[in-house]
Amino acid sequence: MSRNRRLKLQVFRVIVFLVFGAFFLVPIGAMFEFSTRGNTETAPRTLSAWLTIAQSPDLVAAILASLVLAVVTSVGMLVLLVPTMIWVRLRLPRLSRVVEFLCLLPLTIPGIVLVAGLAPEYRWLSINVSESILTLAFVYLVLVLPYTYRTLHTGLAAIDVKTLSEAARSLGAGWATVMGRIIVPNMWSALLNASLLSVAVVLGEFTIANLLNYVNLQVSIFLLGKANAAVSIAVAVASLMFAFLLLVILSFFGRPRTRVARLEEA
Amino acid sequence: MTVAAKPLVETARRPLRDGRRLSLDWLGAVPFLAYVGLFLLLPTTIVVAGSFVGPNGLTLSNLTAMNQSYIVGAFVHSVVVSATSAVLGAVLGAVLAYAVATGNPNGVLRRLVTSACGVLAQFGGVTLAFAFIATIGFAGFITLWLQQHGINIYANGIWLYELSGLVLVYTYFQIPLMVLVFLPALDGIRPQWREATESLGGATWHYWRYVAGPLLAPAFFGGMLLLFANAFSAYATAAALISQGSIIASLLIANTLSSEVGLHQPGLASALALVMVVIVAIVMVLYTVLQRRTAKWLR
Amino acid sequence: MTTAVAAAGVGTATRAGVEVRLESLQRRYAGVTALDGLNLTMAPGELVALLGPSGCGKTTALRLVAGLEQADGGRVVISGEDVTGQPANKRDVGMVFQAYSLFPHMTAWQNVAFGLQMRKVDAGQRRRRAGEMLELVGLSGFADRFAHQLSGGQQQRVALARALAIQPKVLLLDEPLSALDAKVRARLRDEIRRVQLEVGITTLFVTHDQEEALAIADRVWVMHSGRIEQLGPPTTIYSRPATPFVAEFVGLTNRLAGVVRRGSVEVRGASIPLVQPDAADGPAMALVRPEAVTIASDGAAATGPLVGTVIATAFLGATSRVTVDLGDITILAQLPTSEAAAHPAGTRVRLALRPDPVLIARDEAPAERA
Repeated sequence: MSRNRRLKLQVFRVIVFLVFGAFFLVPIGAMFEFSTRGNTETAPRTLSAWLTIAQSPDLVAAILASLVLAVVTSVGMLVLLVPTMIWVRLRLPRLSRVVEFLCLLPLTIPGIVLVAGLAPEYRWLSINVSESILTLAFVYLVLVLPYTYRTLHTGLAAIDVKTLSEAARSLGAGWATVMGRIIVPNMWSALLNASLLSVAVVLGEFTIANLLNYVNLQVSIFLLGKANAAVSIAVAVASLMFAFLLLVILSFFGRPRTRVARLEEA
Repeated sequence: MTVAAKPLVETARRPLRDGRRLSLDWLGAVPFLAYVGLFLLLPTTIVVAGSFVGPNGLTLSNLTAMNQSYIVGAFVHSVVVSATSAVLGAVLGAVLAYAVATGNPNGVLRRLVTSACGVLAQFGGVTLAFAFIATIGFAGFITLWLQQHGINIYANGIWLYELSGLVLVYTYFQIPLMVLVFLPALDGIRPQWREATESLGGATWHYWRYVAGPLLAPAFFGGMLLLFANAFSAYATAAALISQGSIIASLLIANTLSSEVGLHQPGLASALALVMVVIVAIVMVLYTVLQRRTAKWLR
Repeated sequence: MTTAVAAAGVGTATRAGVEVRLESLQRRYAGVTALDGLNLTMAPGELVALLGPSGCGKTTALRLVAGLEQADGGRVVISGEDVTGQPANKRDVGMVFQAYSLFPHMTAWQNVAFGLQMRKVDAGQRRRRAGEMLELVGLSGFADRFAHQLSGGQQQRVALARALAIQPKVLLLDEPLSALDAKVRARLRDEIRRVQLEVGITTLFVTHDQEEALAIADRVWVMHSGRIEQLGPPTTIYSRPATPFVAEFVGLTNRLAGVVRRGSVEVRGASIPLVQPDAADGPAMALVRPEAVTIASDGAAATGPLVGTVIATAFLGATSRVTVDLGDITILAQLPTSEAAAHPAGTRVRLALRPDPVLIARDEAPAERA
């Protein structure tokens, strides 16, 4: 590429990153600013809003509930999806289209629609099984399917599942061994990816929890926003940073890109 | 994805009493199918079926009842807000994606930007709504700063809590979503195509007009469709920004579910949800068609 | 095939080849000097193969001629015109890339016609010329296929047709066969040569495969670390390598330890003259081709520095390559198959070295193999 063109490209990139960076970082910075305001216009900055978080039992309960939900959903997703996907890939290839369709379906059914149909089911659940917020995990598992399916599918496709399992079977391994000791250890980065994605989605979910009258992290932020804006915004920022941190960690465990050259390179 | 005619791994089959072979492999798929059936298909069916149920049994009255101005208005607003934020998000997102794609594929910048996009794209309208309230809300950081310089952005009404504010906040998560969807397509553009164009006598605009443009068009418009579906389905942001009223479809559905009208007419909420699902489904089917085209060209 | 070629000859052979000169070309990347003062003149209509291991600078040289990269010093002169400052899209060169260069959203004929579209040729004429070019490369029935519907070899043939459709002054090929299967490679290599001779265009062919280079080039230019090692016709490159690098990169070589004394090298009891008789005395490695190694006799009871056991025989058709274990080293001999068959694995043999002049190497690591 000519030097002239390369220069123009670099200038373009710098401008783009500056402008978009400002657009995206300013509101986040504003959240920090809002949550650290003093009582009056001239009062100094204070962390009182942040410190109050720990002293508010409802808020803490909601945070814990969301974290537990995230873990439960993540584990449940792995337990349900991984064996199924491996099994389908090896023994039921005709079903792979169906599984893919079902996993991508939640993208097409808005949360608000799902809630309309879930209300009766959850009424039954809260009466007969449990009133706990953890029952949300059942639905959340379905919500994370589209994102985690793609990740796991890429991970499975990258290792030659057929050859590995045939080799293991010819050496006498049973199916449980094949799945647990041969295949799963070879796709741990995909599993980690899928788990972290699930956690991010669960922590950010509001619609279903709110309309089924449970108080998770996002709902508590929402409720608190009317009463004490600074505290709720502090929690909002914290949860955003936490999810961002998770996804940055996730990006270091992805597969390195193996393209020949980057876009626009000579 | 190819569909093989036979299972990939054969082992000795168990013969059944009447001589026919019955594969027990299907049992392995039952847990998943049952689960998805119970928590995805069943609720959806309840919604669809519920649209046709009235106080006196099967009826179409729920659907005909939707021809009221406030209901039609809500859907129209949803379409307008979704379309506007989709176009804005697609164009701006494509520009940002291009800036990212032309950088180091394994570099820190790319990682940070894609992680940030991942968070913002799906993380929760409440957080983002509050971020905007903190920025340009009534007591927001920028609002106050502008007021100190004599500029009152709310001179003609507090637009943040109305449709235009909604478009602005939606754009905040539409752009990252577009980046996530469009970046793989940009990665699929091979440098040889640009060089071949040059060696055949084409200038930069020839390249974009005849090669890169047509190749990226399905991915771009597919992304725009996805953004539309995303905005149309969104609820949380609107709930956090708009405290009263049902000016868009998702708010309308939520309010109908929990309101007096809804309790007397349970089928109405379901009918509204059915309309929403149909619209989103049509858009997603179109999106899938365009995705296939992209995948074929830009592997 | 000949009639098709003759019909396609209208408009293809009318432009005679032109002279291409590279003068003192220099190219540096981030501190590394890829090319350091390269000089080469290509005669009109000549096919020059640029041969060398990866990283030797051959692709860089090609891209400088194409205009895809800018030289830090020196000139590129095509048909008497200094094109060094011109960008790629003004240079009127045709380029065939290693892989993936066909536009996936266009059919074969649309790809071929693309360069003509850039030159504002009207649609009907474009279609016709594209059809002619596809016939030239033997793909007449494939005009409406897309890239993903063509095999690797077919894609490269379309790429060749596309490059030639604009009737460029020079044809540049960047390892066009490297991404293909072995069988397809041999066939396509001959196709490329046939088309090149048909059209009469000056061609620069970059490759790391010495067999390809020797098979089709008029002259071969062997490169190593940005420098020319040798330039000459294939037979000369093979039978009279100018440097140890060329001797080891092109064809097979046995490295035998010996001592140089007064213009000859004494190797394992034999005295062989040197290509460069003025080499200094002292220990050196003699580079002996397998064809220069013969079987002197059955060494059943004999001993000596050239006596050993046959380990393996590779059947190559009319000749066979025999690997003999001499105890401390193994040596390769290329013999007529009948002779090789008479000394199967396990036989003890005594070898002789023909007195053809050899090159020597001193304290050098073996060159990279192709």
